[in-house]
Amino acid sequence: MAKKMKLSEITNMFGGMNVEALEGVTIEGDIEIDLGGLGGGFDPMLAAALGQESAVLAQHFARLAGMFGYPVGFGASAAAPAIAPALAAPKLKDLIPAKFDVANIAEWTTQIQEVPIGNTSADGGSRGKQVMLGGEKALPFYFDAPMPNRNQVTIDVFDMRIGLAKAVKQNYDEVMDSPGEWAKKNVEKFNADMITIHLISTDPLIKDTSPKDAAKTVEEVLQAVDVPIAIGGSGNPQKDPEVLAKAAEAAEGERCLLASASLNLDYAVIAEAALKYDHDVLSWTQLDMNAQKELNRKLMKQCKVPRDRIIMDPTTAALGYGLDYAYTNMERIRLAALMGDDELTFPMSSGTTNAWGARESWMVGSPLGQDTDWGPREYRGPIWEIVTGLSLALAGNDLFMMMHPTSVAVLKQITQTLFGLVDAEPVDIGNWIGTEV
Amino acid sequence: MKINSPLEAYKYLPQTNCGECGEPTCMAFASKLIDRSGKTSDCPPLVKEKKYAKKLKELDIILAPEIRQVTIGVGEKAVNIGGDDVLYRHKLTFFNKTKLFFDVSDNLEEAALIERVNKIADFKKFYVGRNLLLDGVAIKATSNDPAKFAAAVKKVAEIGLPMIFCSFNPAVLKAGLEVAKDKNPLLYAANKDNWKEVGELALEYKVPVVVSAFNDLDALKTLAKTFAESGIQDIVLDPGTYPSGKGLKDSFNNFLKIRRAGIMGDTEIAYPIMALPLTAWMAGIADPVSASYWETVIASVFTIRYGDIMILHSLEPYAALPEMHLAETIYTDPRTPVSVDGGMYKVGEPDKDSPVFFTTNFALTYYTVESDISANGIVCWLLAVDTDGIGVEASVAGGQLTSAKVKDAFDKAGFDLNKDTNHHTLIIPGLSARLQGDLEDTLGANVKVGPMDSGRIPGWIEKNWPPKQ
Repeated sequence: MAKKMKLSEITNMFGGMNVEALEGVTIEGDIEIDLGGLGGGFDPMLAAALGQESAVLAQHFARLAGMFGYPVGFGASAAAPAIAPALAAPKLKDLIPAKFDVANIAEWTTQIQEVPIGNTSADGGSRGKQVMLGGEKALPFYFDAPMPNRNQVTIDVFDMRIGLAKAVKQNYDEVMDSPGEWAKKNVEKFNADMITIHLISTDPLIKDTSPKDAAKTVEEVLQAVDVPIAIGGSGNPQKDPEVLAKAAEAAEGERCLLASASLNLDYAVIAEAALKYDHDVLSWTQLDMNAQKELNRKLMKQCKVPRDRIIMDPTTAALGYGLDYAYTNMERIRLAALMGDDELTFPMSSGTTNAWGARESWMVGSPLGQDTDWGPREYRGPIWEIVTGLSLALAGNDLFMMMHPTSVAVLKQITQTLFGLVDAEPVDIGNWIGTEV
Repeated sequence: MKINSPLEAYKYLPQTNCGECGEPTCMAFASKLIDRSGKTSDCPPLVKEKKYAKKLKELDIILAPEIRQVTIGVGEKAVNIGGDDVLYRHKLTFFNKTKLFFDVSDNLEEAALIERVNKIADFKKFYVGRNLLLDGVAIKATSNDPAKFAAAVKKVAEIGLPMIFCSFNPAVLKAGLEVAKDKNPLLYAANKDNWKEVGELALEYKVPVVVSAFNDLDALKTLAKTFAESGIQDIVLDPGTYPSGKGLKDSFNNFLKIRRAGIMGDTEIAYPIMALPLTAWMAGIADPVSASYWETVIASVFTIRYGDIMILHSLEPYAALPEMHLAETIYTDPRTPVSVDGGMYKVGEPDKDSPVFFTTNFALTYYTVESDISANGIVCWLLAVDTDGIGVEASVAGGQLTSAKVKDAFDKAGFDLNKDTNHHTLIIPGLSARLQGDLEDTLGANVKVGPMDSGRIPGWIEKNWPPKQ
């Protein structure tokens, strides 16, 4: 635009003319409104009032300017809808008041069993604290009923150096040869509520270490930290019962969580060890609610495991790799429990670290050329673990077996926020549109 | 949907069993209406014959989903939100997955604005046979200047994605509508101060509109009711998304309450809900990676709990990829496993010396195996055996994968291991190892057990291929 013109100039120009308004003129450029002379102080109310006034003025002058051949734009016209001729008679006159109300879910009648892990000296153990899971009477964080116990995170320790995604490994490299040091770091540095010791070296196909060696490792971890611990086998169904029984003996009186009893191994041996040496049992099935009921029933009826010693792991599939099944399975289990299915009224645990199996969490980049660049994997991995865990937290999961320190921190932050434990400075979101990010 | 039994829907059908809908009986068609795999328009007599007009109308009303479905945008890229009938996906499935809109500010220089919008439009991630995409652009009138806003809208509209116009200033929204009249954008938002003007705009331009009342469900319902009674049907609810502390907990509860009331029959609030995870950027998190993480976390919470559409900021892949995947996860239909068609697939240009694998037609399994093989340059034949879309381990256990099924699949594909290969060998998934002997007998060919995880196929091939006779 060649020359810009100020309102004051237009006013002067029309000073001697008797013009009120012009019809049928369209505006095609910018109008500058000079609001100089308002003084230094800024009063938002005044500014708003002036803004409206200016818009009307701008409309008026724009028409005049248009008549004299100056380019003017629709912007000003749009700023003054009150005088836009296109509007029909208003249909909206008054607000019709309405009250919002919603009932609680009447069918949620049953409380999830509370299950403690870890014995303090008062209970005959040596743990510094006890972790309590379960107790919900509604889906997690719902307003229907308070959730008595928050979610807990147990961070993995392995009894030998193993292959891990780079983003995970860099946090543990210097402690990977010592389960005790590893456990200590998880608690002291990464804020673990519990420790899971995985006795994978016992697998006949890995190192085939003896149940006695495994028991020693468990003792080492129990010495190193005073949080409750979960004891995991290698996943070998022939050997796990024997390994877990021996480990349970070494940890007698500590109320550890034995992971896991499943339908494909001799679960009775594990249940027996739990009862004999004062531990809890993790009842693990694969994405099948009916199998979960069957195993829980067997543990209770056949093996006489009391209700307050059972925690379920209905299997975690990673985001993008079957989380849809894991999520729905867990949500169905929790809903059935709340509605009284007493074979399912137990707290749940998730092997959230399964998220690291998703290639999006560890692969340098997409193997497929047509994908948009995946960006640095160091940032992708932790969020994959967080979203996998968070989804299951909302479906009803209580205990998370995790690995990456960032994932642990963020998952705790969000679950504890929804639980109501986190106080934050209130944020005024009213102006989110005007806020530059 | 006000009914849940096919019998009730059947009452409204012609009951002639004419078969024109493709179903053998009207009763079968009625079940499809109830599980929403069929629409009333699939019944030609019902649509065409005058005598059924009244029944069709009534049926459409009782079949309408509890939560209103709202369309944003036009053409191929238009998106539908809402339309749900249940509170838990296993009860039926959720329809219309959460739509992810990303913000642009009208303050951006033109080049930067176009670059950002293109980035939104072009972002894609391959997943089970197709691409996950982002859905649209939310244009923020950061400037609060109608002319500036209109200029930004004009540029964004050219790229063709659905748009949300974000301003509480009716003059700004009107300026945007004037340049994008025919694009059916979503207006954000009418609140207690501007509802008359914004409502009039929604009526005049016939566009969907958001009503907004932060953490005040009475006010939100009042606005929605007022709009509905004035004839505005396409309403989206914004109860506010507070990014932290008790505020976030309240927002979470508000989403639950609104959806529960809607599904349970309170039609005055039965509309799609908008979440604003980008408020994470207002929570005072200094480090941008942490802010992105928190935005993704909020987006995840509201993807699972009833956010139908959301406005986000971070386009970093580590934020966007999990958001896209989670929307897909929550909104895939749990009633039918995602599957590919059974049959013989070629990876590369295989010949008579190329290895032959099979897997199941569970989409996740198939595409994982296929991409593991192709990404490693292994040229081969890959048979997808129809196991009703169940993975290898579960289908072996459940009897959907047997040696007879595998033979049947080879026969149907017209592929004979003895004639079409020189090695007469089939490589089977490690998880189906127990079928080996049976398969050798059934197929009359060699059967080798491959690795448990298709990620190990390249290493396995290196060691075991070509097979020693």
